[in-house]
Amino acid sequence: MKLSQGIRMAWHSVSKQKMRTLLTVLGIMIGIASVTIMVAIGNGTAEQVKSQMQGLGTNMLTANVVGRGSVTSITLDDAQQLTDIEGVEAYAPNITGNVTAKYKTSTYNASVQATTPSFADIREYTVAEGRFIKDIDGAFSQKVAVVGSEIVSELNMSDPVGQKISLNGASYKIIGVLESKGSSSAGSNDNVVIIPIQTARVALKTDAIRTIYVQVEDSDKVDYVQQMLEFNLQRFFRNDENAYTVFNQDDLLETITSVSTSMSTMLTYVAAISLLVGGIGIMNMMLTSVTERTKEIGIRKSLGAKQRDILFQFLVEAAMIGGLGGLVGVIVGSAGSKFAGRLMDSPAAPSVDIMALALIFSMGVGVLFGFLPARRASKLNPVDALRQ
Amino acid sequence: MSKREQTPLIRLENIYKKYTLAGETFNALDNVSLTVNKGDFMAIIGPSGSGKSTLMNVLGCLDQPSSGKYFLDGEEVEELSENKLAVIRNTKIGFIFQSFHLLPKLKAIDNVELPLIYRGMSSSERRQQAKEALEKVGLGDKLHHVPNQLSGGQQQRVAIARALAGIPPLLLADEPTGALDSKTSRDVMGLLQDLNEEGNTIVLITHDPNVAAQAKRVVRIQDGKLTEERVEAS
Repeated sequence: MKLSQGIRMAWHSVSKQKMRTLLTVLGIMIGIASVTIMVAIGNGTAEQVKSQMQGLGTNMLTANVVGRGSVTSITLDDAQQLTDIEGVEAYAPNITGNVTAKYKTSTYNASVQATTPSFADIREYTVAEGRFIKDIDGAFSQKVAVVGSEIVSELNMSDPVGQKISLNGASYKIIGVLESKGSSSAGSNDNVVIIPIQTARVALKTDAIRTIYVQVEDSDKVDYVQQMLEFNLQRFFRNDENAYTVFNQDDLLETITSVSTSMSTMLTYVAAISLLVGGIGIMNMMLTSVTERTKEIGIRKSLGAKQRDILFQFLVEAAMIGGLGGLVGVIVGSAGSKFAGRLMDSPAAPSVDIMALALIFSMGVGVLFGFLPARRASKLNPVDALRQ
Repeated sequence: MSKREQTPLIRLENIYKKYTLAGETFNALDNVSLTVNKGDFMAIIGPSGSGKSTLMNVLGCLDQPSSGKYFLDGEEVEELSENKLAVIRNTKIGFIFQSFHLLPKLKAIDNVELPLIYRGMSSSERRQQAKEALEKVGLGDKLHHVPNQLSGGQQQRVAIARALAGIPPLLLADEPTGALDSKTSRDVMGLLQDLNEEGNTIVLITHDPNVAAQAKRVVRIQDGKLTEERVEAS
């Protein structure tokens, strides 16, 4: 018997018992659909986080200072000494704070980064208009500011460069506007006012540096620089390792990757269990079907069906039921992941690989669990089967 | 074709079929020997429990004898594998059953096509042959009816068309009128007689002497033993 004939026969029989088929495939369908959705969400989130991380700058280390005893921060000179390591391309000491920014009658709660010119390269900010802060601005404690696009729009500025804004009452001259970077999980990248670190005391009422961004020449040297930086900090804080942390962006990426890998593994187990349960459902349905159709089997055998014809017929039927479950599951799953993606505002990407795999696996489950019932059908004695 | 050829289509030699029930062995077929020639129309008559169903199953290659030799169309049937028996049922025998044994969810033409499917015939050839068989039994206008939409007599005609579709050398009918009223029975028997006139070899099993009377030759089976009852003078 040909495959096309077998498929036609199986379809005929499957489509004549819609309710039973539907209930049987439900297990496989739900399993496949939920796995498709979860994998899509997982992939989407991982991709999103990765792209945001890369937006923060590459080959970057962040040293955070908590302090020890009376020494809770470092000075500009300390920062320069601590980062005097071979392989460091640039460093930017940083003081962060929130201020009330005012322009004419508009006010906005703005995030201020008091830093040095290399900050732009390290954090990958580009200037859309005007210029970035320069060393000379710092050297002369010039009250100049580079603002993000959100500040411009929130303060209703039409031609910001050259205008003056007030940061907590201190008047700063805008010298540049940043290109928009969008938002990340850490908040908007465009709500930012960058000022020379030497003027931090004016706008932020502090000159205590608690963060240094360090850019390493290339990725091979990141580990070395991290060790040296930790070594310098350890010496600076006299062996108090709680006084500082050095954070490597690659470590975080690795963590995220390993989390998403172990999540995928877990989802694979979930899928396997749901397929197993679905398979048992198929086996149950096929066994019932064989019992009910004993007479049909007897008739077919009396008309010349060989054992392998009967085996084939029931196997194709089981594979079709499994495949149908997989197909509906994949359709529901990809619709669901699009919906979930929109709901969570993350680019949930239904992966084609996973869908194809799900389809093949669910058909395989059908064949696997359909084998025993199909074999039982094929072994029926025609005389006994006809007597039913 | 209506000329009778004296080549045996069926030759049974000393067939025994033993069953063991509750530790006791009895012979459902007891030393049965029988020859059926091509073109014969033979009735096997006997009461229920006489062994006629067992004989029918052996003749139809649905069951195998415990001992003895069975030649069908020149081929020795016993010792053949399941697969070979399936091929023989498919190509050499057309079954007509008491309760028709049609597949209820298939249309008449699909039912008739079934034996041809297992022969591996192409779908267009199958259609054609099935259609011809249905036309032959007078159901050319009921190709796409399912058994439920047909009367008992029509269903039996579909079953006869199915038996004919593969053009087998032997038609084997097991109480073909058992489920039909007397008028329809006469129609079906008439059809079988016509088919025999055309040269088909028919072996019919019945308990009804009136049905048996319409065959050319009658053998009686009782307690598994076969006795010749009547041979029509040729």
